[in-house]
Amino acid sequence: MRIETEKLSYAYGESKALMNLALKDVTLTVEEGEFFGIIGQTGSGKTTFVQHLNGLIKLKKNSGSIKIGEFDLGEKKCDFKKLRARLGMVFQYPEYQLFAETVFEDVAFGVKNFMPETSPEQVEVMVKDALETVGLNYLKVKDKSPFELSGGQKRRVAIAGVIVTKPEVLVLDEPVAGLDPQGKREFIALLHKLHKSFVKTIILVSHDMDLVAENCTRAAVFSHGQIVAVGTPKEIFSNAESLEQTGLDLPLTAYLTNMLKQAGITAENDYTVDGLIKAIVSEINCGGER
Amino acid sequence: MAILSLENVSFSYDKHSNAVKDVSLSVEKGEYVAIIGHNGSGKSTLAKLFNGLVLPDKGSVIVDGFSTLNKKEVFEIRKRVGVVFQNPDNQLVASIVEDDVAFGPENLGIKREEIGQRIEFALSAVGMEKFRHSSPTRLSGGQKQRIAIAGVLALKPQILVLDESTAMLDPQGRKEVLEVIKKLNQDNGVTVITITHYMDEVVDADKVYVINDGKIALCGTPQEIFNQKEVIKGFGLELPLCAEIRDKLARQGVILPDGILTKERLAEELCALKRKS
Amino acid sequence: MKDVTFGQYFPAKSFVHNMDARVKILAVIAYIVAVFLVKAFHFLGFLACFLFVIIATIFSRVPFLKVLRSIKGILFFIILSAILQIFFNADGKILLEWKFIKITDKGLLNAGFIVARISLIVLGASLLTLTTSPVEIADGIESLMYPLKWIKFPVHEFALIMSIALRFIPTLLDETDRIIKAQKARGADFESGNLFKRAKALIPVLIPLLISSFRRADELADAMDARCYSGSKNRTKYKKMRLTWRDAVATVFIAGLIVGVVFLNKFYWLLVV
Repeated sequence: MRIETEKLSYAYGESKALMNLALKDVTLTVEEGEFFGIIGQTGSGKTTFVQHLNGLIKLKKNSGSIKIGEFDLGEKKCDFKKLRARLGMVFQYPEYQLFAETVFEDVAFGVKNFMPETSPEQVEVMVKDALETVGLNYLKVKDKSPFELSGGQKRRVAIAGVIVTKPEVLVLDEPVAGLDPQGKREFIALLHKLHKSFVKTIILVSHDMDLVAENCTRAAVFSHGQIVAVGTPKEIFSNAESLEQTGLDLPLTAYLTNMLKQAGITAENDYTVDGLIKAIVSEINCGGER
Repeated sequence: MAILSLENVSFSYDKHSNAVKDVSLSVEKGEYVAIIGHNGSGKSTLAKLFNGLVLPDKGSVIVDGFSTLNKKEVFEIRKRVGVVFQNPDNQLVASIVEDDVAFGPENLGIKREEIGQRIEFALSAVGMEKFRHSSPTRLSGGQKQRIAIAGVLALKPQILVLDESTAMLDPQGRKEVLEVIKKLNQDNGVTVITITHYMDEVVDADKVYVINDGKIALCGTPQEIFNQKEVIKGFGLELPLCAEIRDKLARQGVILPDGILTKERLAEELCALKRKS
Repeated sequence: MKDVTFGQYFPAKSFVHNMDARVKILAVIAYIVAVFLVKAFHFLGFLACFLFVIIATIFSRVPFLKVLRSIKGILFFIILSAILQIFFNADGKILLEWKFIKITDKGLLNAGFIVARISLIVLGASLLTLTTSPVEIADGIESLMYPLKWIKFPVHEFALIMSIALRFIPTLLDETDRIIKAQKARGADFESGNLFKRAKALIPVLIPLLISSFRRADELADAMDARCYSGSKNRTKYKKMRLTWRDAVATVFIAGLIVGVVFLNKFYWLLVV
């Protein structure tokens, strides 16, 4: 599904004062298949923006338009339930949404809501599939209480509960917050695995620039409710000055590339770690030959 | 003399597994010590052992000559060891910043006038004087955490323990809190023990302990710790990205000097490399 | 959700804001007593109370509309009690009759009386919460309850519970909002179905909220212990409430209101004649 917002605006509360606009004229298109990053400081409007995408925050009149695949979120008859089944959303600290007595029931919650006619056998297949996708042993965890699992496992169960209906778009809000280095690495690997399987589009909201530079095909920078830059990580992070105005740091790769450039060394790269290393190595080797 | 020392401390929440196993460590006055370990390694239990929130099953925790095992001395210890926890929301007791900072001194039975002075001191130490009469709910995560630090500083502790106090903050908030802590350590001589899994917060420490499975697995300067890349990875940890890049370059034949832990240093060395060649 | 504050405190510098919270609480109680003292149909007594609220509002610098808006919250309740009075009062002269419904003059008067009484009480009480921060109210109540210490009532603990509750209301509201959204994203439906179905739909919200509240309580207890909390023993208080001339003026004023209402009750006929 293609995601398209046009001139999307949103104000909190009753005030119409311009200063209180959480979103202002946000126009953005995310194509099917992208691994899209949304970056910005806390309070820049990035969470408000993504919560519009599945109708958790309702589009108001004269506040622009949102079209996701065949869904037009401005229309009265827009079926949000159908939309939410196809656009999954993972919140910050998703483990805090777990509620059921067993892991199985918690993961099955989405199936029961979105597809109430599913047969018990089919539900079991889907839950098993979801738990195994996130790397948990189905037989070992299915009858456990979600609350007796470790922190990392809880988060996996929560993700399983979102991907159980195989959404084609997955939106994640700061999904690696609180994870330790290994947990973080495994989680990112999981995202790529999902992206190669049924999840066609991933939208990743994060303030971790290194994470975005390393993993995203494109990204948008939010500041004070507006998009100030859209493009590949390279396009965004090449313009260090405009980024600094939004209070964001450069990813390490972009910082190093810039410093090298200032020293008269051009090491053009795509701002992934491997890309940077390749550029440096070839630059050094070439320099040696000259 | 060590201001805080653990001697062969073991502790378990239940009988089946030990959260902390036979840990001995000592912290000197004015030191900046980092304790790192993956989630569930037992590192947070250490914070609670330091100020007697949990008591060792075996061994002893001694702070400035007082033992946490002695019930009468527990407040002497908590006055000396201030602990700041992970979630800023769950540490603030009052709806107004100054009332919250006053909470500790009030508990100690300090006179009103002096409480006022301590609030002033603590809030200015964390750079939050302007928010004295504000409500904490309207502040950012980093600001809330600085208020939590002020609330602990109002007890005038000699040791400040940060139990993953930056884990829930955004980069801006982390920066704010780290700056405050560094300043307290350098200018006010407060001993700092920071418990974290962010590798880049460890870089400035005098000493680093790596905790794995409830035990001290490694101890040394940040330099010494990060030289053992494979060992660290085995403990579910990782090098700071800078050290990682240096490492990857080395494997491609581009050798940089040892001990690059910060991005500034890495950039410097990279530029120097080119000039040489 | 962050801006939902309990009682909607309206920060300003005014005569009423600067009053001692204890005096304000007592004054509101006295005012409510005055409203109740007004005898049936003696609307002049209500007029006196209304005048009192207006004057107090002027001295509080709170926009009058803001005070009036407090009635909006319980409008349904007011209308309901008025309707009950109108339709189910069989006494008095019948003005209108239709099947089993009789509308009498007495019923109408009673309805007006109830509406006036409830509205006046709400106006006065909202003036208290508008001009006094929750913390001040909690402190005020603690101080007023101090004598209860003699009967071993845990005044300090009670006050601490109140102020912690106030502190956590916005935090928990935020959290509720987040959990509701997370479950909605997983297809939860809170808006359709009968009452039973809707109540059941709340389980996925209430359980995570309960669990997180316990976690917060646990962490808060640790944080309080870490800051040397050990109950009320040997504890000092940083903030002290002090009575000022304003409180004396207000006390005289409220006493005047009560005397006035009692006077109107007794000598109403004098004014009517």
